[in-house]
Amino acid sequence: MKKRQKKNGGSPMDPLRQSPSRSSSRASSPRTLPCEMLGYVGIEAVLDQLKIKAMKMGFEFNIMVVGQSGLGKSTMVNTLFKSKMWKSTMPGLGVPTPQTLQLQSVTHVIEESGVKLKLTVTDTPGFGDQINNDKCWDPILGYINEQYEHYLQEEILITRQRHIPDTRVHCCVYFVPPTGHWLRPLDIEFLQRLCRTVNVVPVIARADSLTIEEREAFRHRIQENLKTHGIEVYPQKCFDEDINDKILNSKIRDFEYSSLCYTERIPFAVVGADREHIVNGRCVLGRKTKWGIIEVENMAHCEFPLLRDLLIRSHLQDLKDITHNVHYENYRIFRLNESHVLPRGPGWVNLAPAPASVPAPAGPQANPSPPKVGGWAKDNSDEEC
Amino acid sequence: MEAEANSGSPEDSWAFIQRPGEGCRTVPLAGHVGFDSLPDQLVNQSISQGFCFNILCVGETGLGKSTLMDTLFNTKFEGEPATHTQPGVQLQSNTYDLQESNVGLKLTIVSTVGFGDQINKEDSYRPIVEFIDAQFEAYLQEELKIRRLLHNYHDSRIHACLYFIAPTGHSLKSLDLVTMKKLDSKVNVIPIIAKSDAISKSELTKFKIKITSELVSNGVQIYQFPMDDEAVAEVNGTMNAHLPFAVIGSTEELKIGNKMVKVRQYPWGTVQVENEAHCDFVKLREMLIRVNMEDLREQTHSRHYELYRRCKLEEMGFKDTDPDSKPFSLQETYEAKRNEFLGELQKKEEEMRQMFVQRVKEKEAELKEAEKELHEKFDRLKKLHQDEKKKLEDKKKSLDDEVNAFKQRKTAAELLQSQGSQAGGSQTLKRDKEKKKTREEKSISDGTCTTPGKHPVVPCALVVCAV
Repeated sequence: MKKRQKKNGGSPMDPLRQSPSRSSSRASSPRTLPCEMLGYVGIEAVLDQLKIKAMKMGFEFNIMVVGQSGLGKSTMVNTLFKSKMWKSTMPGLGVPTPQTLQLQSVTHVIEESGVKLKLTVTDTPGFGDQINNDKCWDPILGYINEQYEHYLQEEILITRQRHIPDTRVHCCVYFVPPTGHWLRPLDIEFLQRLCRTVNVVPVIARADSLTIEEREAFRHRIQENLKTHGIEVYPQKCFDEDINDKILNSKIRDFEYSSLCYTERIPFAVVGADREHIVNGRCVLGRKTKWGIIEVENMAHCEFPLLRDLLIRSHLQDLKDITHNVHYENYRIFRLNESHVLPRGPGWVNLAPAPASVPAPAGPQANPSPPKVGGWAKDNSDEEC
Repeated sequence: MEAEANSGSPEDSWAFIQRPGEGCRTVPLAGHVGFDSLPDQLVNQSISQGFCFNILCVGETGLGKSTLMDTLFNTKFEGEPATHTQPGVQLQSNTYDLQESNVGLKLTIVSTVGFGDQINKEDSYRPIVEFIDAQFEAYLQEELKIRRLLHNYHDSRIHACLYFIAPTGHSLKSLDLVTMKKLDSKVNVIPIIAKSDAISKSELTKFKIKITSELVSNGVQIYQFPMDDEAVAEVNGTMNAHLPFAVIGSTEELKIGNKMVKVRQYPWGTVQVENEAHCDFVKLREMLIRVNMEDLREQTHSRHYELYRRCKLEEMGFKDTDPDSKPFSLQETYEAKRNEFLGELQKKEEEMRQMFVQRVKEKEAELKEAEKELHEKFDRLKKLHQDEKKKLEDKKKSLDDEVNAFKQRKTAAELLQSQGSQAGGSQTLKRDKEKKKTREEKSISDGTCTTPGKHPVVPCALVVCAV
């Protein structure tokens, strides 16, 4: 029987952002006595019980893809989940570009080896497509907060359901157009606002238009941009030490990437494809061009496997946990601290202009100045919702 | 499978359509995506978080609660046997960290001390119910906080209550029935027959039947092992039929065959704890730990705790819908309550202030009265004093007058006497007179010294008469 080593909790970056429960950061009361057991008791059977329960209940995952049209968002989703989630939109002749940002959501249930996953994908056609893209992030932020609001409403009911349906966005994949230079002002604005509300994973879309060296340079510049503007993308650095531990202890990892690998290589350069071609006798997903076939699942060609592994195979639960323990809690704190009336019925929250005494909502990164932080609240009241 | 994409209503600049749950389609996968590792991810996260399990042992002193816990978890928890002289029922709680391969369990064992020892056992159940409620309350408080740390919270709610029944062989005691009835809506109650090596096999079956029928007829809802999951439904079903389990606890070991087993040794034989033919200990361990630990925790959280929360919030005055059947907001209720409370406070303050003022006035009046009376008394006494003084002075004056008068008469008498003696007075008469005189003087001096009121004139009168 091993004696358990007590691990310290994740470093608190600031009091508003608490690291989730990944490390054994339970407060051990002074009365807790470690005991040695002299024989097998069978406590670890509880893991199987957990698994059975989880498989019976099924899992939920909500993902949002944001980016300009033509960056391959729908294709990427289809490739990720190996199914036709969306009909790949092609700008046809008769289809007008949407004048305003519209969010579209589809839900599918996919099953693999007995594990049922209810997957909701939210698309944002029209993002960044107008001439004046000012405040185009507001509907998205509004949508995300509305999901938090629904969950909060369910949670504070007197008679609440056994299992509250979770519609909160767990992950937002942001598609950066492959300009090869820097992050555009629109990207920076959007990422700044969103990284505080939701887990953001930026990817370089259509990476087959960049050579490998261009890719690396682009990636470095993007990372610098992110650091300069204080944008924390997933996996957030303040939770890093837990991830390392987790990887060491994890049994399910069958590949060799460490989290260091992740943080160094974010944003991933990805290519999406949903057509299969024959390469060397194997059937692979790829894009066929005159100069070759770009294999999606080949690490030498693009980093799609990394993205897929991060999102699905290893960090899906983690994404959900951070959403629940950090982002949702921050939203809740903000909501309960203000003295406005909660909404009745559908529609966005009718926030009156925030008085000077209202504390700024949870925004640990100080780089976005306070007027911006409270700004989205004011902006909303101006907009017609 | 085609994706459905509807456009939103024109008046919204964005629209969320098709909420999850409506019209979900199952989409076939063209290859291995990889999310079948999800249960493992979940399990890993739970492992790093650790598990919590809290057991409450209710039973009379000496029924082997601590021994059974030691036997169940294969270890020696420290503690001393309790005496029978406790004045009331108390709950003793101890937390232990157990580790098995990579699973860490924070086990809390709460034991009742002094249960069933008092002469009047009417209130014996109360400390237990209060303890359970206190744990729910602590969790509720944490959940209602604005800044809360639920994922780090050490869950102290009781997940399972083992109720130890004394092995009388007849039926349940009324104390048992009352206590179990009070506990069944608050916690998962699992009754067990303790020290069951005191009952023979045939008596045991009758005892179990009697117990179950009594529980049913009194409407006590004990914990039934769940049967909705096919994997464990069968096992749980058979176990449900064996309730209540007859258990024996022991930490002594003996080598039987080629391994060490836990036993209790008697002159007439050896009882093996882990032998299914001897007692139901193995069944209890299976059910409690290996099969249903997670279900016990879930029932506590989703059924008992929710019930407590609902009652508590309703008691505090929160509702889900107001009379117009529009959803109430917690915020509004909070504010309304707060204003009400402040208003009440103010009213009470006013009342108290008024009462205080009134009392002060009354006291003032009383004091004034008393003062007045005192003054009057003083005046009266003064007057009395003066009157007496005057009287005394008058008396003194009259006495002085009489003394003077006497003195005058005395000198007159002496004059006469001296004149008489010159005429040829007798000595005896003189002597008699002198004697009388000295006596008179003496009596006068005595009279004037001691009693001014007395009349010294009387002997004078005699003398005068004699003369």
